[in-house]
Amino acid sequence: MMQQLSKCDKGEKVKVTKLNAKSDLKQRLISFGVMKEAVIEVLEHAPAKSTIEIKVGKMRIALRAEEADLIEIEAL
Amino acid sequence: MSEIETEVAQKSCPVIANHIKIALVGQPNVGKSMLINSISDAHLHVGNFTGVTVEKSEVLFNYKNFHFTVVDLPGTYAFTDYTIEERVTHDYLCAEGYDLIINVIDSTNLEKNLQLTTELMSMSKKMVIALNMSDEAQKEGIEIDEKYMSELLGIPCIKVSAQTKFGIEDLLEELVNKTKLDKQEAKLVFSEAVEEEIATIIDYLQKHKYKAVNSYRNIAINLLKNNEKTYRRIQQNPIWTELQPILIEASKHVELHHDSDDIKESFAEEYASFNRGIVTEVLKIKKEEPKKSLTEKIDSILIHNIFGIPIFLFFMWSLFQLTFEIGAVPMEYIDGFFGWFGDTIGATISNNDIRSLIVDGIISGVGAVVLFVPNIIILFIGIALLESTGYMSRVAFLLDGFFHKFGLHGQSFIPLVTGFGCSIPAYMSARILKNDRDRLLTLFIISFMSCGARLPVYVLFVGAFFSADMAGNILFAIYLSGALLGLIAAKVLKLTAFKGVDEPFVMEMPKYRLPSFKLIWHTVLTKTLMYLKKAGTFIAAASMLVWFLSNYPKNPILEEQYSIKIEQTHILKEKNLLENRLDEELLQQSYLGKIGKLSEPIFEPLGFDWKMSVALQAGLAAKEVIVSTLGVLYSVGGDVDANNSSLVTAISKNIPFASAVAFIVVIMIYLPCLAASIVFTREAGHIKYFFYLLGFTSVIAYILAFIAYNIALFL
Repeated sequence: MMQQLSKCDKGEKVKVTKLNAKSDLKQRLISFGVMKEAVIEVLEHAPAKSTIEIKVGKMRIALRAEEADLIEIEAL
Repeated sequence: MSEIETEVAQKSCPVIANHIKIALVGQPNVGKSMLINSISDAHLHVGNFTGVTVEKSEVLFNYKNFHFTVVDLPGTYAFTDYTIEERVTHDYLCAEGYDLIINVIDSTNLEKNLQLTTELMSMSKKMVIALNMSDEAQKEGIEIDEKYMSELLGIPCIKVSAQTKFGIEDLLEELVNKTKLDKQEAKLVFSEAVEEEIATIIDYLQKHKYKAVNSYRNIAINLLKNNEKTYRRIQQNPIWTELQPILIEASKHVELHHDSDDIKESFAEEYASFNRGIVTEVLKIKKEEPKKSLTEKIDSILIHNIFGIPIFLFFMWSLFQLTFEIGAVPMEYIDGFFGWFGDTIGATISNNDIRSLIVDGIISGVGAVVLFVPNIIILFIGIALLESTGYMSRVAFLLDGFFHKFGLHGQSFIPLVTGFGCSIPAYMSARILKNDRDRLLTLFIISFMSCGARLPVYVLFVGAFFSADMAGNILFAIYLSGALLGLIAAKVLKLTAFKGVDEPFVMEMPKYRLPSFKLIWHTVLTKTLMYLKKAGTFIAAASMLVWFLSNYPKNPILEEQYSIKIEQTHILKEKNLLENRLDEELLQQSYLGKIGKLSEPIFEPLGFDWKMSVALQAGLAAKEVIVSTLGVLYSVGGDVDANNSSLVTAISKNIPFASAVAFIVVIMIYLPCLAASIVFTREAGHIKYFFYLLGFTSVIAYILAFIAYNIALFL
């Protein structure tokens, strides 16, 4: 069972291994700095864990759980 | 709104005009608009969230002997067409004529910002980099060696701060220098594997002496990146047959090198590693970065998964409390002033008709609208704070899960909240939504968010029917139930008209910033002046019209009948009663009375008298007109108690509670004003959507008002 980004705990740091998003969402993630090898830190969960806030480099990004799970990750 | 185009007055220049056209490009929220404002003293709208500038706007100014035209383009993270605003920027940069690019960069987040810079560099246009927010970077202990950076990139980099106006002069000087040069080659270096393929393609182009405006290197990169336009052009050339296999081979190599089947992703990685290189060279961090930045500390409270939403609701509740409480203080004086003003002016006019036109028509109409300026100011301050601190994006984050259940997007929150101020900018800011269906859906429910112009109507009615300590709560409840109705309407629309897949929610959370006093002052002042201007022009004209329609045609026979009766009686009370009855009857047989009577059957099930029906119809032009119309109608006719001319009293005496509730429900829901409807139609893209909106809002407004009326009758 692979680890899912949306299920990560607050404060957990993980590494991106692959982006499974469709072309334009993938482009957007990349332009935000979410790309292979990037390190992601989970900052906050919205109520019901429907949305999460992550940090990549110095940038904070909010994304919905469904989209977050398109980012394949591995533990650091 | 006037924020779209700001023109700074030009001084005439004796020397032959040197025009320089500049495209201002940068990622969202790096302070582009603010930079223009500090260069040219223009007043573009500035906020702390993504997507403030949704349309390009031009600012003209002079520096030395040069005429500058700066085109402020919507922020874009990269050269993608993810949202409409990004498409605006991309199309402009590719197709329009301009002399050079200013790439604005947030110095506190260099690496991320360079991602766009590298893409701009591959365009082979003249470019200057403005390292904005350099004061903030310094405070955070970030030091950028801009000289070395200029050298490495082959592009002049200037440290500036739009906030403190630091470095603006240097930037202008560099722009002038840059225009004098005819060419500039940026130094963008890729990985060895990619450089090899680029070299192969360049060789081939050289061998066949391919004619092109852009450099061969540029063409080669574009071909590798699958740039459609470049492909279209080169495919028409005979060399294409031989070039194609070379390109296929080259792409394979690049993809293999990056272990990816997506060439765009591979290039993004190329850019990223180039940028990492630059950042390591030029950037030094002097201070140890704190484990948790201030923004993160604030966030851990404001977007807490349990307390976040209650905190947000508390903020909104406070805003409406303040709107009512503080707003009520100067209202008395304004009301008093217009009463006094009407009496004073009225005393100097001997002609009865003209006096009535001026006092009962213009002064009471305009006065009724001006009365609510304090409330409007407080509401606008609240929205400006929300926009400029960065809290807006947090709320979008908090509400996305909730919004999603109703078929809306978290980012819909931004246009929706703007809608509490005015629907027009709200319709425009819906452009931050990527997907057309989501955008249309949001457009349709923006009018459920009661705009500032509806506030006077609410304040008037709430003040007439509720005690002062309850008023703020009622006001909050009105806005909240409007918003909830909007959500339900969204769900209905999503299930019927706008079915489809959901748009992904991926949004930057900007850093919290202390709102600048000057900025808020300016935003609120502009909006308030606009409101006053509308009161002085449009509303005054509408009041005159309403006055005319309610005073004519005259009926001398009726007047004579009553004047005989009045003369016959000696009791003062009786006299007053008769006078009032005369006024009432005259009003009923006036043009306006006839219009009202005509539409009365339609509104009768909602408990509206003909005056309310008329006010409601007048409100289709602008919501402020409702108040001014009521002001005129009740000052002419139903002035039962001559000692107290206040509109609030008149309303509480003449309108039953249940009718008032139904009236508010209609105002909450029915069509926004004429101007907003026009903008809506433009943003939706087709006139048919306007008729959908008209039908949709009218039907809902009518049904809900009917229900509310019947419930209120029982209370």
